[in-house]
Amino acid sequence: MAYTLAGRSGAWEVVVGLEVHAQVISVSKLFSGASAAYGGEPNAHVSFVDAGFPGMLPVINQECVAQAVRTGLGLKAQINLFSRFDRKNYFYADLPNGYQISQFAHPIVGKGIVEIELADGTLKPIGITRLHLEQDAGKSMHDQHPTKSIIDLNRAGVALMEIVSEPDIRSPEEAGAYLRKLRQILRYLGTCDGNMEEGSLRADVNVSVRKPGEAFRTRCEIKNVNSIRFVMHAVEAEALRQIEIWEDGGEVEQETRLYDPARGETRSMRSKEDAHDYRYFPDPDLLPLVLEEDWVAALKRGLPELPDEKRARFCAEYGIPFYDAGVLVAEQEVADFYEEVARGRDGKLAANWVTGDFFAAMNRTGKSIADPPVSAAALGALLDLITDKTINGRIAKDVFEEMVETGKPPAEIVVEKGLRQVTDTGAIDAAVTRVLAANADKVAEYKAGKDKLFGFFVGQVMKAMQGKGNPALVNEAVKKQLG
Amino acid sequence: MSVFDLTIAGAARALRAREISAVELAAAYNAAVEALNPRLNAYITPTPELALEQARAADRRLAGGGATPLTGIPIAMKDLFCTEGVRTTAASKILGNFVPPYESTVSARLKAAGAVMLGKANLDEFAMGSSNLTSAFGPVESPWKRHGAEARLAPGGSSGGSAAAVAARIALAATGTDTGGSIRQPAAFTGIAGIKPTYGRCSRFGVVAFASSLDQPGPMARNVEDNALMLSVMSGFDEKDSTSADRAVPDFTQALHRSVKGLKIGVPAEYRLEGTNPEILALWEQGIAWLRAEGAEIRDISLPHTKYGLPAYYIIAPAEASSNLARYDGVRYGLRVEGEDLIDLYERTRAEGFGAEVKRRILIGTYVLSHGYYDAYYLKAQKIRSLILRDFTDAFMEVDAILTPTAPSAAFGLDETMTDPLTMYLNDVFTVPASLAGVPAMSVPAGLSAAGLPLGLQVIGRHFDEETVFTVAAALERAAQFSALPQVRAE
Repeated sequence: MAYTLAGRSGAWEVVVGLEVHAQVISVSKLFSGASAAYGGEPNAHVSFVDAGFPGMLPVINQECVAQAVRTGLGLKAQINLFSRFDRKNYFYADLPNGYQISQFAHPIVGKGIVEIELADGTLKPIGITRLHLEQDAGKSMHDQHPTKSIIDLNRAGVALMEIVSEPDIRSPEEAGAYLRKLRQILRYLGTCDGNMEEGSLRADVNVSVRKPGEAFRTRCEIKNVNSIRFVMHAVEAEALRQIEIWEDGGEVEQETRLYDPARGETRSMRSKEDAHDYRYFPDPDLLPLVLEEDWVAALKRGLPELPDEKRARFCAEYGIPFYDAGVLVAEQEVADFYEEVARGRDGKLAANWVTGDFFAAMNRTGKSIADPPVSAAALGALLDLITDKTINGRIAKDVFEEMVETGKPPAEIVVEKGLRQVTDTGAIDAAVTRVLAANADKVAEYKAGKDKLFGFFVGQVMKAMQGKGNPALVNEAVKKQLG
Repeated sequence: MSVFDLTIAGAARALRAREISAVELAAAYNAAVEALNPRLNAYITPTPELALEQARAADRRLAGGGATPLTGIPIAMKDLFCTEGVRTTAASKILGNFVPPYESTVSARLKAAGAVMLGKANLDEFAMGSSNLTSAFGPVESPWKRHGAEARLAPGGSSGGSAAAVAARIALAATGTDTGGSIRQPAAFTGIAGIKPTYGRCSRFGVVAFASSLDQPGPMARNVEDNALMLSVMSGFDEKDSTSADRAVPDFTQALHRSVKGLKIGVPAEYRLEGTNPEILALWEQGIAWLRAEGAEIRDISLPHTKYGLPAYYIIAPAEASSNLARYDGVRYGLRVEGEDLIDLYERTRAEGFGAEVKRRILIGTYVLSHGYYDAYYLKAQKIRSLILRDFTDAFMEVDAILTPTAPSAAFGLDETMTDPLTMYLNDVFTVPASLAGVPAMSVPAGLSAAGLPLGLQVIGRHFDEETVFTVAAALERAAQFSALPQVRAE
């Protein structure tokens, strides 16, 4: 069902396009040798170029260009072998040159596609309009001094990728799914860490509403939203605001707005009339950026397997459901962990264990995939003990908890605790006989037609055997003795 | 014969023969600066102690080996080149107290070669001007006088301090920068030689920017040979300037002794502007005759878009300047005039820090880049620029170099201030096209006006063919035998 918002005049469709600013992972800044590392003492990572000193000139950092190209390739987008840097002119205290170097007319990456998955499993392609490289500005702090603003230029000049989507997004859910998918791709590529709290990923959200089937109406841009949850809230809050205006006979004005998470509403930042005239023109300090086809091809060869491809391969190679594969590829480290467990083993069993007991243990212990509660090799060894019938699945859960607790290898735990599965049919038969004898009344009920009691007998036998009986053999023996 | 009669080549020989020490040479020049600069105002910041210190180092190098032809040579540095620890003002109040913690690439190369810096030379504010009247540190006076007159004359600009210092012999050579004629026009006005190299030949790193796509450092000196010596050191690829050219630098002095015999020299019809001073036209004819006599083949050529050069230049250069000068905002360095809020601080700082000509160009530049005007002005000007480049490319299929006058007139008086800035802009009419095309162009002193003021001829060459420019300029120099000296000079 398409997402709509109900108004007095009927259903409204929401139209959203996102401009995502993703900070490039690189050692140094886009046009200077200063460190691009996050944090540090204020103004510790600033070169004379970043601070806009007289006579300083920008020199392009090739690694940032490579990162943008990798990202473009990951978004299945057109790589423009010719692109150009422009100056976007405006005055602000944390913009040392009085202009930002960006790409206006000729971006490095053109049209691409991101496929998102919705809660009901539907897949939907969201178009990418373009990706371009630009410099970040510094940071102004207005709360550090009673009368002065404090400027930190550590981020001034750090490379950003602005990734612009087509207005293909139709709901808060789709906006959230798009951002999560984009972040996942960036992290797989290693081109942006996707950390929204530190501001290395932030979104400008363009929202408009319309009656289904109409052309687009006027949009508003909500600037700098810094969490996926806030983006989803902002879309809805802004759409509701616009619906109210239209339904009151008003006109939505194109403007830039801010989202206030505390109040759950957007408010005007500046109207179209106050919009800056950025006076874009080609930066005469930089030559056009011309890429060699071979260089791009080499970057393409060096790309990691991306989530969509990995997911498809997991389904095919390990025979696991599409949904499970999606969970496993959500993060690259988890996918790697899973593959190490699954390689040469039963892929489904491995998927169940990783997404079940292993994830639960990770949450419970507060550990991460980088420092897992149980190593992939140890979990694999546990699965081997199940497969070769040394232990059964129920006992395996106990062994796993012991592994989390002590870090001991599963085989050692099995031996120490005598948990080896009993496959001796004589011992099983004896246990069954004892249980049936002790529950003669229930046997009678069973024989009178209460089939459900079968599970009770199996459970009692397993209990009698301290859980170590081979479940299949126990089943068989119970069935045989009940006649 | 005094030390002030020595050229760079001559001084280098004397230094190497230990006939004179670098310290003696520097001391003599320091004294000359002290004596004449109060009158000429060619230097904003003389650096006599630094000069002596560098001269002592030069003497050690001259004694110990490893000296270059510039070791111990006292020069003036246009105050647009950032010099580590030495105030660099761009002749603007807004940078009046700015001491760079870094060195421009060109000044660093000269320093490394052992040149001795006498001081920072005056210029038009941010190199915007053709008169040196726009300097916040006062105008430079040309050392030349009209016959029988005492009127103070302009040295031209923007490298007017450099030109006056070399002409008055209070520097043996100087650095300049040329955006639309800022080396060539003052060289012509003061009877010295100066070359604007191919765009990209000299690094712009550390040079305070005026118009980045046009700015190009170059030397100014008494003769063609000294220019070749200076340029050989100043040139070369610099990874810190993305627009600098990764090309080998020839020894330009090798080109001086080549013959012009068989070279094809173009004479562009479009430079014969209506109303041009007949003296200038006569000098041009004389130059043509000299080259023909040396065996060069003279060809009439056409550079059809010449007349659009000046308007295109006065759109592109201010457009870039309006953006380049945005960094002077009072926040991080230079002048700050406190205000009630950030906008007020910007407005007060820039209102007080910039002079009238700079403000005029920032306004023009902001206007031509504005939404709705960009296509009509900036984009159109860029198209004209491409056509002008094509004019030259086409012409250089036919000829090896082009000969024109450098400026439409001889120097004007400091008091003959033009009320109309457009008239001032006309000074650049012959120099701007080569700047727009990025080709090398040199001014050589070739004669005197009836009033006794120097006039220059301009030689324009192909991209990165400064060698042919030097060959032709040297031939003109030999033929012209220009030996006149200004009335005000060190002796």
